[in-house]
Amino acid sequence: MTRMDFLLIAPELWVVTMTCVILFVDLFLKEERRAIVYLLAMVTLVFAAIITLRFDYGGDPTASAFAFNGSFVRDQMGDMLKLFSYFVLAMVFIYAKFFLRQSRMFRADFYTLSLEALLGIMLLISANNLVMVYLGLELLALASYTLVAYDRDSAKGSEAAMKYFVLGSMASGILLYGMSMIYGATGTLDLVAISEAVRVSGSDDIMLVFGLVFLVVGLAFKFGAVPFHMWVPDVYEGAPVSTTLFISSVPKMAAFAMAFRLLQTGLGDLQSDWMQMLSLLAVLSIVFGNLAAIAQTNIKRMLAYSTIGHMGFVLMGLLPGTAESYGAGMFYVIVYALMSAAAFGMVIMLSARGVEAENLDDFKGLNRRNSWYAAIMAMVMFSMAGVPVFVGFFAKWLVIQAALNAGLVWLAIIAVVFSVIGAFYYIRVVKLMYFDEPITEAPIDAPVDFRAAISLNGVIMLGLGIFSGSLIQICMSSFGA
Amino acid sequence: MPIYEIVFYTFSLVMLASAVAVISVRNPVYAALFLVLTFFSASAIWMLLEVEFLAIILILVYVGAVMVLFLFVVMMLDINVEPLREGFIRYLPVGLVVAGLMAAEFLLVIWTKSRFGPEAFPSPPPHPEGYSNTQAVGEVLYTNYLLPFEVAGIILLVAIIAAVTLTLRHRSGAHRQNPSRQVQVQRDERVRLVKMKPEPRQEG
Repeated sequence: MTRMDFLLIAPELWVVTMTCVILFVDLFLKEERRAIVYLLAMVTLVFAAIITLRFDYGGDPTASAFAFNGSFVRDQMGDMLKLFSYFVLAMVFIYAKFFLRQSRMFRADFYTLSLEALLGIMLLISANNLVMVYLGLELLALASYTLVAYDRDSAKGSEAAMKYFVLGSMASGILLYGMSMIYGATGTLDLVAISEAVRVSGSDDIMLVFGLVFLVVGLAFKFGAVPFHMWVPDVYEGAPVSTTLFISSVPKMAAFAMAFRLLQTGLGDLQSDWMQMLSLLAVLSIVFGNLAAIAQTNIKRMLAYSTIGHMGFVLMGLLPGTAESYGAGMFYVIVYALMSAAAFGMVIMLSARGVEAENLDDFKGLNRRNSWYAAIMAMVMFSMAGVPVFVGFFAKWLVIQAALNAGLVWLAIIAVVFSVIGAFYYIRVVKLMYFDEPITEAPIDAPVDFRAAISLNGVIMLGLGIFSGSLIQICMSSFGA
Repeated sequence: MPIYEIVFYTFSLVMLASAVAVISVRNPVYAALFLVLTFFSASAIWMLLEVEFLAIILILVYVGAVMVLFLFVVMMLDINVEPLREGFIRYLPVGLVVAGLMAAEFLLVIWTKSRFGPEAFPSPPPHPEGYSNTQAVGEVLYTNYLLPFEVAGIILLVAIIAAVTLTLRHRSGAHRQNPSRQVQVQRDERVRLVKMKPEPRQEG
């Protein structure tokens, strides 16, 4: 334990300290002063970003620094994902406050649990040994289960939480089984040492591949990739929309980092094995996610199936195993988190007085009610569909290009065909907003911070699309591409 | 060393059988007790590996604390397990096919290459006399594994927050005691002296 260890882990220490402070402060707050909790949570995120940015790598973007006996790693990929986690979580906090206030669920628990989940995400992003991966994942999962059941009086919410909990525990068990096999084959928990052991023992070891299968199944569940996607639509629909907003955006970045660390850092020499498994998952997710989304009338379910499709693209970015493809996958997952936050933010905006705007019909004629919000939603939908100029297009383009460069032409063709099919249901939302009669003329009302955040989030879809170069550059350089 | 193997296979068989019993007996109290037996056999196997500290911890924590709590919950809540068993027969064939396939795949991996046999994993040399398991665990737990140890603590904190979040309710109409008001009560808030004329005794 040196001073350096604690310097490296300073953002995590800050977040855990502030979570305890918020827990304690909340004890002494009266109902009408509850907004202080929200302000403290935002301060936590801002300072976490400042602390994260203060660490200097000496100019080399692929450098990494280890702490706590190699169980914790800081590198540029991790720091970028953490910074975007803070940013997206800040958006989530702003959107969720409006919804929680209206549905009388504005309690400090939402913020403490979300910050604990953020801590799990940060530890997962920086985990460099199997124990840390598992603990970070459990921290994130436990907080997420509770957030899904946050509306205690909703039978649907409790059912969703129960499903999520049972399936999630099983996935954790499967992941743990795979980890124990890998430990048995290599004799170490440290991911860097594992990759050295694999290099020595050779990659045709049946026990390693056996463990790898379980690892990939566990990962696929956390991504929500087909055929381990059963929980996604039910949980997204059953959870209060403030929670759906959270679990659909920030944890996906942690899942990407976790997959990268386990598969590339730890088992990079087994790439030919996991590439086949991931390509099967990616193809199934892209095909099934986009087809099933077409049939939905509930927007939360539609976005859940769209998540499955998007996760197929992220897996597609991981599977060629080249620096370029990892950069593309990282860019995709960041862009996806921003898009998802904006989409669910719009669902919250239309939810009047705590009644969730769950149905696609609620978006009818939005242009007549408020043209600016309709424009934001249109930008988000175009971006998700991958229409050029919007940022989602560049994300898809990079991933497909990486697959083509790795010689996976068939995969690229499937991805293109099904993103065109998927564009149908995104553009249907745009059609509903611009060409249909509104079902209600109620004015749309939201606090000023909400309006500012959703406007910023919408403009990012366009702005990051036009000026995507520098972010792509950072993502690529993190992997040395 | 045949005695070693006899002990190992006896406890392994008991563990497997009781684990199957946990999920198949009808009475939830029996299921909990079979789980105790499973943990106990596991701890006996750990004892064979000379990890006495972990073996005893398993008994103390799981058998002593967790399972007692479990039994409390099972007995107090009076869960009707019949509805939980609905569809057991209906899903059994599919479940058996999946389980059979997975078991076959496991066995193929484990048996074809002798990766898991005693040749691949020879018994470690026995510890010298006076070797302290507890000290060995303590030495790595607070040095090499400090970070995972602390994170495990935070997971417990999250579990507490989650439990409170899901169960704490402020009901409005509920009658509660307020000790400070009870202590501060004045005599005239409770007793009212009334002047009244003496009543004539009624003969009955």
